[in-house]
Amino acid sequence: MSSLVIQDLHVAIGEKKIVKGFSLTINSGEVHAIMGPNGTGKSTLAKAIAGHPDYTITGGDVLLDGQSILAQEADERARAGLFLAFQYPSEIPGVSIANFLRAAVQARMAEGEEIDASGYYKRLYSKMDLLKIDRKFTSRSVNDGFSGGEKKRCEILQMAMLEPKFALMDETDSGLDIDALRIVADGVNVMRGPNLGVLMITHYQRLLDHIVPDHVHVMWDGRIVKSGDKSLALELEAKGYDWVKQELAAATA
Amino acid sequence: MTTLTETKSLVGAFTPEAFAAHLASLPPLPQWWLDRKRAAYDRFAALPMPSRTDESWRFSNIGALTLEGFALPAAVKSSPHTSIGIKKAAKLIFANGRLLSRELRTADLAARGVAIDSLQSALVNHEALVREHLLAQPTKLGSAKFTALHEAFLDDGAFVHVPRGVEIDDPIGIFSYALGPDAAIFPHTLVVAGDNSRACIIEYFGSGSDTEAQLAVGANDLYAGHGAQLTYIGKQDWSHRALSFQSNSTVVRRDARVQSLNLHLGARQARHESLSQLAAPGAFSEMLALTVAESGQEFDQRTLQIHQAPNTKSDLLYKNALRGASKTIFSGLIVVDADAQKTDAYQSNRNLMLSEEAEANSLPGLEIQANDVRCTHGATSSRIDPEQEFYLQSRGIAKEQADELLTFGFFEEVLSRLASDELHDALRALIQTKFKQ
Repeated sequence: MSSLVIQDLHVAIGEKKIVKGFSLTINSGEVHAIMGPNGTGKSTLAKAIAGHPDYTITGGDVLLDGQSILAQEADERARAGLFLAFQYPSEIPGVSIANFLRAAVQARMAEGEEIDASGYYKRLYSKMDLLKIDRKFTSRSVNDGFSGGEKKRCEILQMAMLEPKFALMDETDSGLDIDALRIVADGVNVMRGPNLGVLMITHYQRLLDHIVPDHVHVMWDGRIVKSGDKSLALELEAKGYDWVKQELAAATA
Repeated sequence: MTTLTETKSLVGAFTPEAFAAHLASLPPLPQWWLDRKRAAYDRFAALPMPSRTDESWRFSNIGALTLEGFALPAAVKSSPHTSIGIKKAAKLIFANGRLLSRELRTADLAARGVAIDSLQSALVNHEALVREHLLAQPTKLGSAKFTALHEAFLDDGAFVHVPRGVEIDDPIGIFSYALGPDAAIFPHTLVVAGDNSRACIIEYFGSGSDTEAQLAVGANDLYAGHGAQLTYIGKQDWSHRALSFQSNSTVVRRDARVQSLNLHLGARQARHESLSQLAAPGAFSEMLALTVAESGQEFDQRTLQIHQAPNTKSDLLYKNALRGASKTIFSGLIVVDADAQKTDAYQSNRNLMLSEEAEANSLPGLEIQANDVRCTHGATSSRIDPEQEFYLQSRGIAKEQADELLTFGFFEEVLSRLASDELHDALRALIQTKFKQ
C-alpha cells in the first residue's frame, strides 16, 4: 500500500503566501475531496505538489511512500507515481495525443527498453473505448481546439494510461455538462481501487454525486479547517461556506 | 605584388591553375558549356567576396567565409550511403562530384520517356533542354560570386526530365556526398517537369565524416511546365565543419504547382538562397524550410518570391529551432510586378528559441508594383511556453524530451503540408537524429 503524506505544507508564489500549513495523509484506495471557495489555495496546493516551478515551497514536506519528493523535478515526481489532472490543460499544437502518450509511457521504461507499439495501441484503444473517446483523437494535437469536455476526458485518458499511485484532480468538473461529467466520473470510478489514491479538488457537490469520496475536507485560507465524510459535502452544498467561516471565527476568537 | 595578393584572396584555392586542371579532367562536352564555364570563372575571379556593407549579407558572419584551404577532391569508387527509408522510383548517388551509381527502379520509366541521368550525359543526350534551363535564371540574392564558382567548377550533377503528361508516383532520390578533408564539391540538380507532369525529387547532401572541413557550393534549377506538379525535398546534412552555399531557382509556369521543403541540419555555416518565379497565371509556389541550429552553426536563408503574372500565388513558411549558441538569418522579399494583379503572396518566418544564447535575425520585405494584391508577411521569435513544458513534465517526460516534443510540434505545421505520410515520417526521423547527437 502506498501513501502520500502532506506535512504542514507552506507554498508561496513570489512573496505571496498561499498555502499555510496544509496537512493530509492519503492512502491508496482512498478518495479525498477538498472543497472550498475560490482563492483558498486549492489549485496552488495541487500544482505545488506536482512540482510547478512557479510555486515555492517555503515549509513542510510531501512524502510519497515515505520519501520526500520536494527535491525532484516534476517529471521525476510523475514517474514516481503522481498525476495532476489539470483544471486548464495546456494546448500543444503539432504534438499528437498518440506521440505524447507514447513519450510518457516510454519515459517510464528502463533505459534502452523500447515500447511495444502494438501492445501500446491496444491498451490505448481499450482505454479510449472506456472513456467513449473516438479513435480519431489519437492523431489530433493534444488539447488543441478541444472542447472543455474533450480536454477533461483527455486528462482522464492520460491518467488511465499512466496508472499513477496518486491522482490530484484539480476542478475536473469545471466546464463540463452533465453528460461529460458522467463520462469523466465513470472513468475515474473504473480506476478507483486499492492501487489508487485520489485527491479531488472541487468547488461543487455535483462531482461528488458521481465520485463519492471517503473523506471531505474544507480548505480555507491555505489549510484544512474542517474534515468529515461525504455528508459534509452535502452540508456545504445546503448551507454554503459561511457557517464554516463563522465556526472558524468562533474557534479562534 | 598587390595584384597577386588580391587575386589570391579573391579566388582562394580556386586558382586559374586549378580551373585549368578541372577543365582538363572533363570528358568531351559541348563547346557552349565550356565557354560558359570559362566566362563563369572570369566572373568568379573578378567579383569581390561579400563585405560588411553588403545589404544582401546583412547579419552574416562574413569573416568566416573563406575559399582558402580547399581542394578539388579525388574521385572515389564507393561512398557510405544512408538509406532514408523511402521507396524510390530511381536513385542517383554522387560522391565528390562524380556519379557513382544510377538505379531506375520503376520499370517503365525509360519507356515513358523519363530521363534520370547525370548532367554530363544529359549535356550530350538532352543538350537543348540543358542549355535552356541549366543555371539560366539570374542570381539575385547576393551569391553571384559563389554561383559563378559553382558554374565554373561544376563537374557532374543530376538531370531529371519528366515528359509532358507523365506522372511518377514514387520519389526520385538524388544523393550527393562530400568525402575527405578539405573537399570542395559543386552539386547540381536540374529538373524539368513537362506540361501536366508530376514528380517528386528528394535530394540529400551528406559528408563521409561529421568532423571534416569541407566546402559545398551547390545549386539547383527546378522548372515546372504548364500544369505540372513538382515536389522538391532538400535535406542538407553536411559535416558540422563544412561551409555551404546553395542557390536554388524555381520557375513555375501556368497553373503549375511547386512545393519545396528544405531541411537544414548540417554545416558550420550554411547560406541558402531560394528564388521562386511565378511566371504565368495560376502558378503556385509553396516554399517551406525547417532548420535545427546547434551551437556554433549559422544558417543564413535568403528568399525571393517574384510574381510576374496575374493570379499567381506563393506561400513561404520557414521555421527555425535554435539550440545552444546558434544563429539564424532569414531575409525574404516578395516582389509583385506591375501587371501581376490578384497576386496572393504569403511569407512567414518563425523562430523557436531553445536557448538564451541563440540569435535569430529576420528581415521580411515587400516590393509591390500592382494595386490589387494580397500580400502578408511576418516574423516571430518565441521561447518554449513554460506551461506546455510543465504539462509534459507532469506526465513524466523529462525536460529535454519535452523540449524535443515541443520542437516537433512547432515543426509539424510545415511537415503536415507534405502530402505523403511516408515522407513526413522519414523527415521526422532525420530531424530526430540531430536531437540524439
